Amino acid sequence: MRAHPVGPRALLVEVASPAAARSLAVFLRQACPDVQDIVPAAATVLLDGIADHERVGVVLKRWQPTAESVEGHGPVLLVPTRYDGADLAQIADSWGVSRREVVERHTSIEFTAEFCGFSPGFAYLGGLPERWAIPRRPSPRTRVPAGSVAIGGSWCAIYPRASPGGWSILGVTELSVWDQSRIEPALITAGTKLRFVEQSA
Amino acid sequence: MTLTILEPGLLTTVQDAGRPGFAHLGVPRSGALDQAAAALANRLVGNPGSAAVLETTLLGARIGVDQALTFAVTGAEAELRAGTAKGARRLPFAEAFTLPAGTELWIGPAIRGVRSYLAVTGGIEVTPVLGSRSTDTLAEVGPSVLSAGCVLPVGVGTLTPAEAPATVVHHARLPTDPAIVHFHAGPRVDWFRSGSLRQLSESAYVVAPESSRIGLRLSGPALRRHRARQGDLPSEGMVLGAMQVPPDGQPVVFLRDHPVTGGYPVLAVVDEADLDLCAQLRPGATVRFVPA
Repeated sequence: MRAHPVGPRALLVEVASPAAARSLAVFLRQACPDVQDIVPAAATVLLDGIADHERVGVVLKRWQPTAESVEGHGPVLLVPTRYDGADLAQIADSWGVSRREVVERHTSIEFTAEFCGFSPGFAYLGGLPERWAIPRRPSPRTRVPAGSVAIGGSWCAIYPRASPGGWSILGVTELSVWDQSRIEPALITAGTKLRFVEQSA
Repeated sequence: MTLTILEPGLLTTVQDAGRPGFAHLGVPRSGALDQAAAALANRLVGNPGSAAVLETTLLGARIGVDQALTFAVTGAEAELRAGTAKGARRLPFAEAFTLPAGTELWIGPAIRGVRSYLAVTGGIEVTPVLGSRSTDTLAEVGPSVLSAGCVLPVGVGTLTPAEAPATVVHHARLPTDPAIVHFHAGPRVDWFRSGSLRQLSESAYVVAPESSRIGLRLSGPALRRHRARQGDLPSEGMVLGAMQVPPDGQPVVFLRDHPVTGGYPVLAVVDEADLDLCAQLRPGATVRFVPA
């Protein structure tokens, strides 16, 4: 674990995996509640707005990733999905299987949200094997509709609202993953476990 | 009590201290880009520092005053006028003034700086989202960007407007030419050729017109990657003031609507004390970066 200073009030901690980053973020939120923002990402945790550097240093030395802390939390969220996305055929080609088989593979995986970014409520969902990774489209679409279920690399995600995007679209869900009028605006946060369920058109 | 936007100029938004603490949900901090100027405007009209104000951009704005209210304008220097059926009169900058119902308040184009702040006693009372009334232009959280015809509720002020000794403080905060911006070494210095921080501090950079509330874009001598470090980093958390350097070598300093994560390496971090100044740098302005 390496820590880089990011100016006088922040620290960027490098860890081995997205799951380790998520686990460290949960640990730090409890151990250092006075740090303003704790942001897990693919291989780092950013601690932004540190009042007491010495205390953070001591706490970081104490952290040990445990199997339990790396597991997701809560019940498995079911995401009803219509598999009629614009890139379904291309994904099938690239995996060398039928469209039906793409749906069966995608609905068989239990995903875990590793971290959020890109836009409010956009969660990076881990669980797709690396060998099924789909490279980003060479040129991003200017508008991906809200609720689109998409694959980018070995990540899966649900677009919280219409936005530009370069990921390949499998289908769409009507589940509202971001609603800023809710007390908890994000439906999916780091650690949420979820499974996609096929919904007929 | 309300105000009505008659002309929003280039970009006029509601802003306050922002919404820190939600970066892990993908929500930027947002808030007034020149926090000191916004706080001064609030102080002049007797508001707490957390009250919401209007932030204009370069071209000012025209606002309809629906009830008698007390205002102050700070930040980018601009000519101020009050128009009634009887004619127009000039208003003082960085001082409180009271306008009667039916007045049109005109904030002229910025003479120095970019963003002017209009505070009104009682504050702009649009509905807060995640604890803040700020408009986030990147993530579209909070109230919409203001357009002609928008009616804004004003809260009830209880405090007496302060005297205006802070005028002098205000004038000291607009950029010099060249503007001096202090920086700290960033977390990814090792992604750049050796001597890159020295190159940053020995070169002049010019503010590019694409600059926005998301970032201050600069053009100047390209900051080059180390040969062994090509491609992008896995996305990582970004701080306010982070200087990201994309492959073309032209740096971008993140301002308050910046994305919470990014994949370009951060060479340097602008000192917190100089972020307000960055908000007031006009396209074409020259910047010298100096180690903090």
